[in-house]
Amino acid sequence: MSQIQLQIDGKEIKAREGMTVLEAAREAGIYIPTLCHHEKLEPFGGCRLCLVEATVRNRTNLVVSCVYPVQENVVVRTRSEKVDRIRKTILELLLAHAPDSMVLQELAREYGAEPDRFEKESSFCIHCGLCVRYCAEVKGKHAIGFIDRGIRKEISFIPEIAAKECAACKECFPLCPTSYLQSVFVLTEALAASTQDL
Amino acid sequence: MNLERIDQIIDKHNAEPSSLIQVLLEIQSENHWLPRQALERVSQRLEVPYTRIQHIATFYKAFSLVPKGKHEINICMGTACHVRGAPRILDSIQDLTGIKPGETDLDLKFSLETVNCLGCCALGPVVEIDGKTHGNLAPGKTADVIKNYE
Ligand code: SF4
Ligand code: FES
Repeated sequence: MSQIQLQIDGKEIKAREGMTVLEAAREAGIYIPTLCHHEKLEPFGGCRLCLVEATVRNRTNLVVSCVYPVQENVVVRTRSEKVDRIRKTILELLLAHAPDSMVLQELAREYGAEPDRFEKESSFCIHCGLCVRYCAEVKGKHAIGFIDRGIRKEISFIPEIAAKECAACKECFPLCPTSYLQSVFVLTEALAASTQDL
Repeated sequence: MNLERIDQIIDKHNAEPSSLIQVLLEIQSENHWLPRQALERVSQRLEVPYTRIQHIATFYKAFSLVPKGKHEINICMGTACHVRGAPRILDSIQDLTGIKPGETDLDLKFSLETVNCLGCCALGPVVEIDGKTHGNLAPGKTADVIKNYE
């Protein structure tokens, strides 16, 4: 596989073709914040937090590093005034949905995001898709999926599959940035138990 | 809808996973809604995870996971129809059928939905029933139209 030479935050880096900018950065020990990325999963590009500035032939664009493939001689900046400003807004929007998420709160401190900038609309899930994709791609169980769309999009367990598979696994639990997943699981269990009694 | 009929529809598409939406649309149009057993069958035969089917079936408004009436009434509330009196048409249809938008009557005869433009504003106010367009309606004329659907 051919080698690709690029620059991230002023550091010369060698990457392999087909890698994403995020992977190249991580390999070189450069940190880029992410919410929906997981190394075992296919690139998703849902949260946009990992965006960076990339300059190719004197043109600078904002790109989403977890889905952006490395290119010869691209110059990447993982932080800039513009990048930081966008990350701050993304975090503020997400905090309106999941105000108590520790992951979000920590990132908010880093980027100076104001947790109260937008009116609270606690839906808790931030649609990162980690739980759904992990169950499908890594475990191949498909015990949890999304339903509906837009602002009504929600996660939903398939009770029959969850009853068989989840108790022994629960590998998706620590992935959830908001703990909403755990509560939906508990609710699904309770619902299953109460209908069994009928 | 029985499983044989569902299998027939699936066989017509050679149980291709890529025909999922087409299969669901055909079940929806024959049966007026997608019962859980039907979705489970489709999942099994097409070898598509149930989670994916559930996501698609809830994503598109064309699908319904609850029983729908034999006749589907779509009343246009788009701007043109609205200024031409659609709200009054809606009122009269609600009176005639006894249901509100999003509802289905107990005899499973009618389902009522509002839509935001049927693309024939010159005919407004427009009501579409089972795919057939009824234009230039007036509250006094709706009863004549509705009574043709038993
Ligand atoms: S429940 Fe958690 S892990 Fe699953 S999509 Fe929502 S925020 Fe992500
Ligand atoms: S980590 Fe790249 S978009 Fe979420």
